[in-house]
Amino acid sequence: MATVDVTRSALPLTPTRSLTLRVIWQRYGRLLFGGMILLPFVLFAIFPGIFSPYDPLKISVRDTYAQPSLRHPFGTDELGRDVFTRVVYGARVSLTAAVLTILAASAAGVFLGVIAGYWGGWTDRIITSVGDMVLSFPSLILAMAVAAALGPGLSHSMMAVAAVWWPVYSRLMRGLALHLKHEGYVEAARAAGGRSLYIIRRHVFPNSLSALNVRISLDIGLAVQVLASLGFIGLGASPPTPEWGAMVSWGRTYFLTYWWIGIFPALAIILVVIGTSLLGDALNDLWNPVLGAS
Amino acid sequence: MKAPLLVEKFLLLIVVLLGMTVITFFVARVIPADPAHLAAGVDATPEQVETMRRELGLDRPLPVQFWNYMKGLARGDLGRSLATRRPVIDDLKLFFPATLELAGLAIVVYVLAGIPMGVIAAVARGRAADVLVRIFSVAAMGVPPFALGLLLQLIFSRWLGWFPLEGRLHTGIAPPPAMTGLYTVDSLLAQDWVTLKSSLIHLVLPVATLALGRLAVAARFTRTSLLEVLSKDYVRTARAKGLAKWVVIFRHALPNALIPVVTVIGIQIGYLLGGTVLVEIVFSWPGLGRYAVQSIFNFDFTSVIGVTLVIATGFVLTNIGVDAMYRVLDPRQRI
Repeated sequence: MATVDVTRSALPLTPTRSLTLRVIWQRYGRLLFGGMILLPFVLFAIFPGIFSPYDPLKISVRDTYAQPSLRHPFGTDELGRDVFTRVVYGARVSLTAAVLTILAASAAGVFLGVIAGYWGGWTDRIITSVGDMVLSFPSLILAMAVAAALGPGLSHSMMAVAAVWWPVYSRLMRGLALHLKHEGYVEAARAAGGRSLYIIRRHVFPNSLSALNVRISLDIGLAVQVLASLGFIGLGASPPTPEWGAMVSWGRTYFLTYWWIGIFPALAIILVVIGTSLLGDALNDLWNPVLGAS
Repeated sequence: MKAPLLVEKFLLLIVVLLGMTVITFFVARVIPADPAHLAAGVDATPEQVETMRRELGLDRPLPVQFWNYMKGLARGDLGRSLATRRPVIDDLKLFFPATLELAGLAIVVYVLAGIPMGVIAAVARGRAADVLVRIFSVAAMGVPPFALGLLLQLIFSRWLGWFPLEGRLHTGIAPPPAMTGLYTVDSLLAQDWVTLKSSLIHLVLPVATLALGRLAVAARFTRTSLLEVLSKDYVRTARAKGLAKWVVIFRHALPNALIPVVTVIGIQIGYLLGGTVLVEIVFSWPGLGRYAVQSIFNFDFTSVIGVTLVIATGFVLTNIGVDAMYRVLDPRQRI
């Protein structure tokens, strides 16, 4: 992390840094490692058909509860569907859902954050306090309540997660807008007669992008996890959609005898989350050394 | 702690709780399902449903319903659960101790293991122990508790058979006489060692599941913070005047390094409370989280609001506690 680099150079008795293999590894290791973990899942999501000859939804009564084998590397489930195939297609469902959720949350948050930060006043106070209220509560439980009210379904759980996530972005964007508003070039643009919308589009937004990108890349993994959690509780995708969280939940029913039905989707979730957190962590240091230190 | 600040924090508590009640209440009333219908039963006649609706007060306008609910709340009455037909407050009393036992122990484990891990990593910076702790913390940080719980169940319960799969006690063992509702404490008070052993062994996997991810965060923050403090001049001075390395670390550096860590721990406790819900489902742990999820599926929103209120209170109270701790650790804050 960036902080560590600072302390390292400030500490006595440690050699000064040179661009050795070790440093390269420290700087890009996580990026590489995280990318390597995520790559197969991204490929699964884009080309699921290449990786498996089976249909993720087709029920086959003859093949129920098959143990993991060469034909079915992850076994088959209670309806005779190949678990590996469902994990592969599940990547598409879970990753797409996570990306869309975060895009919706960040779009809403950025919009409200710019309004709050750039114009200030009463709208700022209202947006900020509503956001703080949402953030002052464990997000999963709030998302659960909203998803429950909307009723089960993947799109509903996505809406619920976005509804509790936007304040993260409005808070970040508000801070950025407040800061950028007083930058010399923004003041110059205003003095030259630039209108607010123009300044936001031309100056505030482009200069906020790197901070926003870091946050988004960190949050996608979190969103995979939260959406899977809702799916696990039963508030996400309904059968037969191959959503990982829901698959874990159904697999749990057969856990004592047919453990493979639930464990492989669980492993997929764990790997994706680890991959994104490694990647997000590395990107954070690379793109945003100052913010990364805080 | 200064009095005005404490007052301010408690005001915040009230505002958050009010806000949560309003949100959950109105969310609960816009659901497409009809609670009166569900409460009256599947094969109720339309008249019976209407009677039930009147009985539950659901025929009144929404603001009136809300006013009545708030009036009850002021008296400590959380309404009646539609599913169990008991006052919600009684249900909460029944399920809360199980959650407290699980989450409380997880917090203890997470603090007692996370901070030392961070200290070891900082002291052994760059060496094997540090690398191990860092790999562990990145890996464990975001892993969802339910997936981890299932994995631990598979390995330690199904394959190795070391720990029971789920529940709070072995079948055939009666719960200890209820004093606190915490089985470990109650069986200790009753000097019932068999029950104590059974309840402890049932706690291992759920507590590990709940604590592991958070522990990683604590370790990581402790490490970063301690490294920063160790680079300060006063630490060098202390070393230069001949104090032993460990004395400097524990007496001089660690107390200062822990100040930011305490804040992070406070935030983490909130996440931990959210995670309890999932862990309780995985381990069939009869606590608030499982009760909340069952209530959600019964469209029993009076209970859901009750649980949310309890969790929100716990959340804000821990934040107040953390703030107080902050003041103890950092003398500058007391001015």
